Amino acid sequence: MSFVQNFPFFSIIIAMFSGIISSVLDGKRARNLCLSVIVLTTGMSLAVLHFCVRTGQSYTYMMGHFPAPWGNEIRAGILEGLTAVLFGLVMFFSVTGGMDHTAVDVETSKQNLFYIMIDLMLSSLLALIYTNDLFTAYVFVEINTIAGCGLIMIRQIGRSLSSAIRYMIMSQLGSGLFLIGLSLLYDVTGHLLMSPAREAVAGIEAAGLYQVPMLVIMAVVSVGLAIKSGLYPFHYWIPDTYGYATPTASAVLSGLVSKGYIFLLIKIFYRVLGRENVIASEIVNVLFVFGLAGMLMGSVHAILERDTRRMIAYSSVAQIGYIYMGIGLGTQAGMVAAIFHMFTHSATKALLFISAVGLYEVSGNRKDFRSLQGSGYRNPLAGIGFTVGSLSMVGFPMLSGFISKLLFATSALQSPHKMLPTVIALAISTILNAVYFLRLVITLYTIPGDSPENKEKELANKEKAPEKRPVLTAGTWKLPLAIISFILLNLTLGLYSQPVVAWIGSGLAMFD
Amino acid sequence: MSRQRDDYENSWWRKFKGWVDGEVDLLAEGMEIRAPQMQEEGKTDKPSAPLLPSGTAENPLRETQPTDGQLPKIAEERRGIRWLRRFYQVMSVFLCLSIIFVLLWTVAYLPAFGNAGNPDNNEVSARYIERGVQETGAINIVTGMILDYRAFDTFGESCVLFIASCCVLVLLRIDITESGGRAGKRLAESNDRLFEPKDDVILQKCACILVPLILVFGIYIVLNGHLSPGGGFSGGAVLGSGLIFYLNAFGFRKTERFFTEKVYRRITLCALTFYCLAKSYSFFTGANHLKSGIPLGTPGAIISSGLILPLNICVGLVVACTMYAFYALFRKGGM
Amino acid sequence: MEMPLFVNMEETVSIVLFGIGFTMLMLHRNLIKKILGMNIMDTAVYLFLAVKGYISGRMVPIVVDGIQDVSAYINPVPSGLVLTGIVVSVSTTALMLALTIRLYERYGSLDLDEILMRAKEEEKI
Repeated sequence: MSFVQNFPFFSIIIAMFSGIISSVLDGKRARNLCLSVIVLTTGMSLAVLHFCVRTGQSYTYMMGHFPAPWGNEIRAGILEGLTAVLFGLVMFFSVTGGMDHTAVDVETSKQNLFYIMIDLMLSSLLALIYTNDLFTAYVFVEINTIAGCGLIMIRQIGRSLSSAIRYMIMSQLGSGLFLIGLSLLYDVTGHLLMSPAREAVAGIEAAGLYQVPMLVIMAVVSVGLAIKSGLYPFHYWIPDTYGYATPTASAVLSGLVSKGYIFLLIKIFYRVLGRENVIASEIVNVLFVFGLAGMLMGSVHAILERDTRRMIAYSSVAQIGYIYMGIGLGTQAGMVAAIFHMFTHSATKALLFISAVGLYEVSGNRKDFRSLQGSGYRNPLAGIGFTVGSLSMVGFPMLSGFISKLLFATSALQSPHKMLPTVIALAISTILNAVYFLRLVITLYTIPGDSPENKEKELANKEKAPEKRPVLTAGTWKLPLAIISFILLNLTLGLYSQPVVAWIGSGLAMFD
Repeated sequence: MSRQRDDYENSWWRKFKGWVDGEVDLLAEGMEIRAPQMQEEGKTDKPSAPLLPSGTAENPLRETQPTDGQLPKIAEERRGIRWLRRFYQVMSVFLCLSIIFVLLWTVAYLPAFGNAGNPDNNEVSARYIERGVQETGAINIVTGMILDYRAFDTFGESCVLFIASCCVLVLLRIDITESGGRAGKRLAESNDRLFEPKDDVILQKCACILVPLILVFGIYIVLNGHLSPGGGFSGGAVLGSGLIFYLNAFGFRKTERFFTEKVYRRITLCALTFYCLAKSYSFFTGANHLKSGIPLGTPGAIISSGLILPLNICVGLVVACTMYAFYALFRKGGM
Repeated sequence: MEMPLFVNMEETVSIVLFGIGFTMLMLHRNLIKKILGMNIMDTAVYLFLAVKGYISGRMVPIVVDGIQDVSAYINPVPSGLVLTGIVVSVSTTALMLALTIRLYERYGSLDLDEILMRAKEEEKI
């Protein structure tokens, strides 16, 4: 056994351990520990990815002295390694980009608690990626939920508290459904580990037993995880949650947390329930329809919204819709497109949230997007970052969003029944995306006119809302570093998409 | 019609509905303990008005007398809320029935209750039962299962408790050093020790007898986790309730002598660190097919079953401290 | 309904409780009752799991007199899952109660709609 094979386990445990240690550190040390842990785990995930690509195989890793059906297990393959690397990168740059704001938004004596939550969030995301056991998945889903709630409410203003409780309620609904689905699955298969459960499910399907329970299990697990990841009809908590949390938290929540649940859902589809069974059960069609609805309605809501960050949050609803639509296509190509879009979205949405912070600061921290007029000149780098993110979301060539749209379109062509609705929805949604993102970008680069009306307004605004906080990130390296790295990540995903897509494909093949 | 409506206000149904909706406070007249008057006259202006943590002098949201201009707007919002409530009622009945129906439909096809031939009684549970004692050293098969076979889950579970206590700390801990007067005011506000009966003789005498018993019982449960029903979590909960009882009888001043936030943090840190390191060692050796080298001892003895006993003690400590910490934070926002 | 429903009486009860708890958590407007609903829902799942482990006529899975035969004991797995699950639900309950306390301190209400409305108003001011 190669030493590299220990790395998934090491990365989970190190992230957890750093969380535990941080409870006695002060804020600054906790922050440094957190950053170094993220770098370390990302490096380890990279090594795991390299190992899996080199050997061309996935492997399971016993957590303890007992083999598969008895003890816990984790599993690593190409897709797991790739996802872990990307999540680690996004996490690192989100934390660095929002660091100065975290220092202000969070009380000084509670800073270390913020980084505890980041650490445990990282460990739970890694565990969700690597796990090969359903009940472990449930426990880490709960850690993820609670850490997410902590990140939302740590700002402790009214809106963030009320959105935190909404988030908790929706998440608990999802967890409850997920747990009852697991219990039912355990009842009919007798296994909690994914590989033996898969065999048991195959046996059940072959014998034609328990058809109704299997259908309900699929439905309940999918709905539970869809609620937690914010699929369209369950999206009500998203705008408030992302719109009022501290910037790091918004970026992490929108970029990573919901993706962790989607990854788990895909894993359960492939490794437990069986892809053919899921497709045969029409559950994918339901996900497809809701994904389409989310794509359109999310964008419509975003157009109607005035608050920049809530606008970006509604755009998340639309993008989650894209991902579910890809899953709902029910083909291998659709799944690849969905996973690629998952990566695109986590890189792009984190970029948007982080660069929006830079723009806010130079425009008096007002919510209305029209207050951002001309801010692209006042903070050029943030303006460029925001523009790149928007163009990527709209699907501008060279950027990652273009590739994922392309993948969606080509995969739609392979499933004849769903081709037409998919292509039409893609077209409409792209136009709607363009409407609100380009509106934002144009606002960034309009110099406010010198008409007396505007001046009066400005004066009135200045009197009404005196600048509460100074520009925090002026002159520091953190925000520029984060924005530049995110842009590079985006370009990499866009220009070197071939290997990534190939890895996703071979990773998915390893799932079976 | 009108008579009916008059009756309706006093009808049993109305009272029942009010009780269900939480409109009537059943304890309103029956409470024995009244809040003592504030000592300083100067501070009694708004003793019960919730404070805005943001420090605004008067809270604009708590105005009881809206001005004329606001009235139509408020009425409109009330109407909106009422409409929402009606919608909720209809929806909730519908949703509840449909969920129950779908799941009952499922239950009708599930394996029969209590049947030994069900799919879940397979080789997994067979090995736990047949070889559990030899492999884990624990007489209690459930403990052996959660702390040895499936220990990763259980480690995750203690982390859930840990992170929940961190979140509660964020929400409820009040830091005096932070922002001077405001925090002090909130501290006084959330400190409900005013309501607690001071030096209640009956309570204290009972506590003198019961607290040692409860603590000993809790320790017994923790230490015998691998031999009898119980273990770290249940024993820890008993220990925590013993501490809370002691706190209620003798007040914060006495517990603060031996249990402060520093102590809490140290105990949690040590216990979780030990847990983490011990389990990492056993995961690492297990996955690399090395011998763990931890003797299992004679099954049935107190000191046996390898790491299970120390892990139970760790979990017990963490749970006891966390339960006490939850209580103290909810009571006065600090330990 | 069919006969299995009455054979699986315990599951039926737990499912009904699950539905009630789920609905309360989702649609009741009072936060405390939402939390109660969450607890009912979780407990219903634990009841369901505990029922699943039971085999009639067998003992609890604690080895007595060295008997290590499958036919002597019930299935230990669901009991372990319930133990783990209970800790999770205790943690989430504590967190939600703490959030409720903060919201009540701030907005003087337990009604979620009212809290959200006031939070929106507060922002306008």
